[in-house]
Amino acid sequence: MSCVETIQAYAFRSLGFGERLLPRGEYTLCEHFTLIGSGLIWNVYFGALALMTGFFLAVALAVGKFSPNPLFRKPAEWFIFVFRGSPLFIQFFFAYACFLSLKGVSGFFDPFTSAWLGALVVLFCNTAAYSGEIFYGALLSIPKGDIEAADAYGMTGWNRFRRITFPTMLRLAWPAYTNEAIFLFHATTLVFFSGFPAWRQQGDALYYASYFADKTFNPFVPYPILAFYFILLTLVIISLFGFVNRRLNRHLPQERRAKPRLRISLIR
Amino acid sequence: MFSYCTDPSTLEGLSWLSCYLTTGKHVNLYISVFVVLTLLAITAPVALLFGFGAASAARSKFLPLRWFGKGYTSIVRGVPDIAFFLFFVIALDQAFEWMRHKVKCPDWDQPIRQGIDFVVCDAAKLPLSTSPQWVHETYGFFLAVLTFSIVFGAFAANVLYGAMRAVPRAQIETAEAYGMTHRQAFWRILVPQMWVYALPGLSNLWMVLIKSTPLLFLLGVEDIVYWARELGGTKTARFTDYPHPNWHVWYFAALLVFYLCFTKVSEVVLDRIMTRLTKGQATAAGEAQRKAAA
Repeated sequence: MSCVETIQAYAFRSLGFGERLLPRGEYTLCEHFTLIGSGLIWNVYFGALALMTGFFLAVALAVGKFSPNPLFRKPAEWFIFVFRGSPLFIQFFFAYACFLSLKGVSGFFDPFTSAWLGALVVLFCNTAAYSGEIFYGALLSIPKGDIEAADAYGMTGWNRFRRITFPTMLRLAWPAYTNEAIFLFHATTLVFFSGFPAWRQQGDALYYASYFADKTFNPFVPYPILAFYFILLTLVIISLFGFVNRRLNRHLPQERRAKPRLRISLIR
Repeated sequence: MFSYCTDPSTLEGLSWLSCYLTTGKHVNLYISVFVVLTLLAITAPVALLFGFGAASAARSKFLPLRWFGKGYTSIVRGVPDIAFFLFFVIALDQAFEWMRHKVKCPDWDQPIRQGIDFVVCDAAKLPLSTSPQWVHETYGFFLAVLTFSIVFGAFAANVLYGAMRAVPRAQIETAEAYGMTHRQAFWRILVPQMWVYALPGLSNLWMVLIKSTPLLFLLGVEDIVYWARELGGTKTARFTDYPHPNWHVWYFAALLVFYLCFTKVSEVVLDRIMTRLTKGQATAAGEAQRKAAA
């Protein structure tokens, strides 16, 4: 098979299109690149959707944790503690077992036992908790003068939140939030190693990389390819978030703008 | 375990539970908690040592050593760590076998990589196929510890490198003014002072290390995740005296609680250490402590 044929056969293998059987026997570099890249679709799917939906819950959690009313504060604090204090790996296992037993109760939970929804729910809660903590930290460090100025203009409640608190919070939190996004994408590689079954061998990038490593006993080819793809993905995220960061900071003088710095906080 | 457990069919309620939770398999689960704790106890200092070495290497004046230090610390960026775990376990295993092969069977003429197989002579196999079960398990655990240490060493190197740079420049200059050599200034001035700057990063790392211990399961060690999966699965009356349906939920809930408690305790302890270390330091936190006391 030439490389173009391989790409035609396996480019969307992870979604169930193209050739059913995975390659056998001698594995070419082209097959490695195509299949692992095909698996990356799932990583992008999980990461992007969890990030976009988790953002809203994260803002709600941050505001809740910041609230003086214990009725809002306590649940937010507990949610953040539970999801930040336990390993994501165990969360996946626990959620899968939960959904599996709920399936017996009602047919509504049927789709939750497959990775595309069940794992997404876990990642959604997880990223919401981590970003919620970041946003809460940003809320704490909003300059006092900004709030006082809003008060002086007679802004209160929703109006003040929408025009002053929220944009400043987002601006302050953005560099840390960029990191969170990067590590969320890294965390998506855990999905198919933690209970959620890869239906018809439709897995993510790491799933295929470890498939190759298991078959060839040679970790030196598939894992560097995986690393290559993830470094590319990381660069894409950094540039997208950098674009938003410039927009959030556009009213500030040049030297006061916060530059995103890649910090390690890693594995959940 | 208890004398009244001899006939499980007569048991009810709490006494049933006390018998169920003390079966031999469950004792294995409790032992595996110690496996996890052992891993943490070995990995933390070893990773710190690796990190210290790499951070010093990254500061070195000798270029290849600096490249090595920087390269090692930057491998953790941009790539999911679980990929490192899966990679290093196989790569280390093959590296050890390859080295032993070169030493023990010098007259072996076939290639080691034959197509998709990795072939070394029998004497070079690790562990030897004749060795008992516990050697295999210990070897697997050793590989896991080494892998954890390499990955977390890179994280620790990053933290320590930052901490070394955070020590005020004036301190080093004073040391030089006293006529200390580069080495003396490093060991007597820089190293004792860097810890207070490193501690927030290192305590964060400790939390991350705790939360990554379930990955042991992926490395083939029989850890708590392994036993929780094993024991939680459906048990029929044919194979055990304690049949039950799928109880994975309860077992994983227990693991979740275990990890939450563990992180909470660590958080409290690390807070105490931080308070202790900042005492008398010329940082904002140290100043706040002094004001509060006065």
